[in-house]
Amino acid sequence: MENWSLISLCVLLGLTSRWAVSFHSYSGAGKPPIFGDYEAQRHWQEVTYNLPVHEWYFNNTNNDLNYWGLDYPPLTAYHSLVCAYVAKLLNPEWVELHASRGYESHSHKLFMRATVLFTDILIYIPAVLLYCFYFCDGSSKQKVATALCILLYPGLILIDYGHFQYNSVSLGLALWGTLGLGLGWDLFGCLAFTLTLNYKQMELYHSLPFFCYLLGKCIKQGLTGRGFFHLVKISMTVLVTFALCWMPFLSDPKQPLQVLHRLFPVGRGLFEDKVANTWCSLNVLIKIKTLLSRETQLFLSMLPLLLKDGLLLPYVVTSLAFLFLSLYLLSALERSTEEELRLGLYRKHTQHWLPKLNLSRIIKWKFWFSLVAMAALSFTSVWLKPPAKLPDLFPVLVSVLSFLHFLGFIIYFNQVQLMEPQRKKSLKKTN
Amino acid sequence: MAAPMTNDQSCFFALALGVSFLKCLLINAYHSTDFEVHRNWLALTHSLPVPQWYYEATSEWTLDYPPLFAWFEYGLSHIAWFFDKEMLVVQNLNYASPATILFQRLSVIVADVVFFYAVKECCKCLREDKGKDLLGKPSFILTVLLLWNFGLLIVDHIHFQYNGFLFGVLLLSIARHFQNRHFEGALLFSVLFNLKHIYLYIAPAYGIYLLRCFCFTQSNADGSLQWRSFSVVRLVTLGTIVLSTFAVSFGPFIALGQLPQVLSRLFPFKRGLCHAYWAPNIWALYNIADKAFSILGVKFKLLDINKLPKASMTGGLVQEFQHSVLPSVSPLATLVCTLLSILPALFRIWHRPNGARGFLRCLVICALGSFMFGWHVHEKAILMAILPLSLLAVESREEARIFLILSITGHYSLFPLLFTTQELPIKIFLMLLFTIFSLTSLKTLFRKGGALLNPLEATYLLGLIPLELICEFVYPLTVWQKTFPFLPLMLTSVYCALGVTYAFIRLYISLLTCSDNTKKIKTQ
Repeated sequence: MENWSLISLCVLLGLTSRWAVSFHSYSGAGKPPIFGDYEAQRHWQEVTYNLPVHEWYFNNTNNDLNYWGLDYPPLTAYHSLVCAYVAKLLNPEWVELHASRGYESHSHKLFMRATVLFTDILIYIPAVLLYCFYFCDGSSKQKVATALCILLYPGLILIDYGHFQYNSVSLGLALWGTLGLGLGWDLFGCLAFTLTLNYKQMELYHSLPFFCYLLGKCIKQGLTGRGFFHLVKISMTVLVTFALCWMPFLSDPKQPLQVLHRLFPVGRGLFEDKVANTWCSLNVLIKIKTLLSRETQLFLSMLPLLLKDGLLLPYVVTSLAFLFLSLYLLSALERSTEEELRLGLYRKHTQHWLPKLNLSRIIKWKFWFSLVAMAALSFTSVWLKPPAKLPDLFPVLVSVLSFLHFLGFIIYFNQVQLMEPQRKKSLKKTN
Repeated sequence: MAAPMTNDQSCFFALALGVSFLKCLLINAYHSTDFEVHRNWLALTHSLPVPQWYYEATSEWTLDYPPLFAWFEYGLSHIAWFFDKEMLVVQNLNYASPATILFQRLSVIVADVVFFYAVKECCKCLREDKGKDLLGKPSFILTVLLLWNFGLLIVDHIHFQYNGFLFGVLLLSIARHFQNRHFEGALLFSVLFNLKHIYLYIAPAYGIYLLRCFCFTQSNADGSLQWRSFSVVRLVTLGTIVLSTFAVSFGPFIALGQLPQVLSRLFPFKRGLCHAYWAPNIWALYNIADKAFSILGVKFKLLDINKLPKASMTGGLVQEFQHSVLPSVSPLATLVCTLLSILPALFRIWHRPNGARGFLRCLVICALGSFMFGWHVHEKAILMAILPLSLLAVESREEARIFLILSITGHYSLFPLLFTTQELPIKIFLMLLFTIFSLTSLKTLFRKGGALLNPLEATYLLGLIPLELICEFVYPLTVWQKTFPFLPLMLTSVYCALGVTYAFIRLYISLLTCSDNTKKIKTQ
């Protein structure tokens, strides 16, 4: 079968699962007076449509910042504005100032879900396809398999189409940035990454690798010659993009300060509600390594959140499907020889006292063990009641287990990164 | 992890599991009144004694399937009891708690296991084709065409029915005939008929085939009948199998003297040549021709507008469609037409049987013939032709071509079943998924010998895209939506009827001109 048909089939499967998940509940559904992320996004459409730009981030009678005040950078606000224009065309009640607070209806839900699908198709999915075909190794069938697995990644689907967010925009733009750098289109990569920074400030977590890579590249080209010129071009791209995004806020010095204050609220705890988003940052990092058997463990941390949203069924189905698919298609466990897992560093250390240790087998056992632990925790979170003295037992256990995994991955990936041999980068990889 | 299964088996398992996951995600989708129909049947079989099953009329959805299906619902109701007892109360009309929905949907998904088994058996009946990579193997293609069939997915798992389970029994019966296990095949078909009597349409194919190829144990060298080889034993055994199945199913009701009541429920006198949405068959074309003639007649002053029945000029899709120019069609007329349409095929397999494949062709023609000419046909009945045709499509070029036209057109004609906005993306994505797969895989399978579809056929199929855009996106925004709301449905029905008729004709040509494998038709 030709490539284009296989790709279309993968994309269609991805789109079908996304839309099917969107049938289910969203964050804060039917839960006045605060509701949830879904209401937050609707509220931002209301605010950006009805109020002038200089009032968006300020507290006043028209804009109560305590009720889902805007706390993402301007690009999110512009996106909400565009959505609001469409909403106004379809049904003005959806974005009526004040009166639309807590508005919930079947058609509104369809509209909101459609906005997520639209941006997904526009930004995220093309980036994934390009990534798989230009940066993955292997035959075209393996690339298609990788694309399918990435497209069916449950975490993104559940959060964007279940809980309700627009992570596909920020992750998609970040992926475009990575693609740009990988293909040698540095300015394009910069542009894309700056845009994603202006969409969600969480992407700052990724900014250091970008910065270091580009700086390193410029230094390599010689800071007195071409490298310097390149650095200037990059800086100009970044500055101009920032300026364009923040232009409406530059008229008055108070504006950018207030926006920054909203983006980085030092007053309250930094990890409240942002937990669901930090995994997104890790997610991109890991995709780049395509060791997909590992990602299954990452979204367990979201289980308490998903249960609160009433998304148990999609969680179970998409996780099982993804797990099975990645095991089957990518033969993840079969590729776990020591070499492929790049366990070299570990090998060196353990060689002294445990020479007979079969590390790859240990990894396999660890994988199955984590799966069992995850399944058990999922089961207990849903069906068992925690003891009265420890009401938050299960969410805490979930967090602890996830943290241990994250820690393990950080150590592992650092090791891989340091051990990576210098590759002659032929940037335009032919298929 | 060394896979304990072979490559093929693990692939089958992956496809089956994948489609089951998709079905689970669709649990929360729209469901039609058929959902309440089955809930009502669960309730009445559980709560009422057997003698009252076919008399119960609290709900408008009375039991109109044969007794074996009622027993099936009875069995399900015992499991339903653990999910939500309230759904088993007959008076709880339109009861649809989350537990009820979950149970009913899961029952369809689990019942599909029968379908999975049948598909596996059918794949074994295909001619071996070694040396091809997995995606190009006929068994792989057939597995996907059946397991991921668009029609089954949306009719069973969104609209809500148990067709997967029933078609599983049908395909298993067909597979048994391919495997020369004719007694099992006959038994399965009798069971199927007692589960849903619509399969009466294909009973002639079974009857003629079994009589000709099984009861007459041998044929002459040129393929003609050898009268002396008639085996009374086989005939009697077959008869016993069929009759005993009927006895188990209808027996209790005959004993209670309720047979007339049961039959009246099974074959209700339904008004209307077509139901509210015209199935894309001959009568849709007949209706539109009638409308066209009446409009033209009035225009050219050949007809007096006052003498025409009121409804025909302004009305759209009503159950009682009164023909104004062409003669009205009665149920008897449709029966005669149906019989006439399938007789040549039956005669063909009697005269020159072509083994199990000839039987299958005849079966598809019977199904399609009754779809084309039957009384009050539902558009879902097209699946009875599409699914068995899939088996032929992966082995023969001509049938692959017919399959593509019939399946794409037939599946598109199911679109009006899902009329909600929420399901619109799903039906489009799934339709594209199935269509792209069937087109590309069959094209690759039969790439030797030029293009599979000729330009006319390709243009017709491509015409479905603008049709969909007009009917679903453009038309609702126009002024005519209020005055002629039926127009998109009519357009869809008529356009698809053309494709289905074309497929029917081609299928007949294929049957009548197929090369006789008369080398040695050893039937047993």
